[in-house]
Amino acid sequence: MGTFHQNKSELHGITVVVDTAGPEIYVGRCDDMDDTRVILLDVDVHRDGDNGSSKDEYVRKAAQFGVWKKHDQLVLDRAQVTSVRRLSEF
Amino acid sequence: MYSPLLVKPMRDELTAVGFEELMSADDVDRWVGNQEGTALLVINSVCGCAAGTARPGVRLALDNATKPDRLGTVFAGQEAEATAQARAAIPQVPPSSPSMALFKNGELVHFVPRHRIEGHSVEQVAANLVNAFEEHCA
Repeated sequence: MGTFHQNKSELHGITVVVDTAGPEIYVGRCDDMDDTRVILLDVDVHRDGDNGSSKDEYVRKAAQFGVWKKHDQLVLDRAQVTSVRRLSEF
Repeated sequence: MYSPLLVKPMRDELTAVGFEELMSADDVDRWVGNQEGTALLVINSVCGCAAGTARPGVRLALDNATKPDRLGTVFAGQEAEATAQARAAIPQVPPSSPSMALFKNGELVHFVPRHRIEGHSVEQVAANLVNAFEEHCA
């Protein structure tokens, strides 16, 4: 049974970790991305140091079971994004 | 919501191998309330990005000699009440679909969230489950 989502980026439908040059790091399902933006669905955001957790600690915990979403959708400026990786890599 | 006709083959992929469809909150309560032995709950979904390997992965895993005593499934995006009740039964994990929860004597002992399914092969999904079956269902 194939996907119903055509003409999207390679990471469409994949839960990704989007790190930024700032303190924020995002985990959400990639809807689409290009040279200018990354569109995430069902997104959680963590700020480095929040709740005593570094970005790395937050991602390790997220990789176990997933995240509780804070936003239905976020559109991130690609210029602020330093990496986009699959959550399952962690 | 997708057409029932479109969804039916996705339901059949699981019911054909012995899954009980839990269509209401009461169905879920009854199924989860039976705390004897081992039980696998699959939160099914339409999205082909992950569910397209989830269902075949589950089917392949069930070829293993050691497997859960009971099989149940709810369909996210189709039976909203049943799905919400199923998620309420595993409050320690964030909502995720498709996903799979393995219970032993009523306790959640293994969970496969969506991000452990999407982008993985059928064999990888099955291996994840088989490892859990061998650990908890033997």
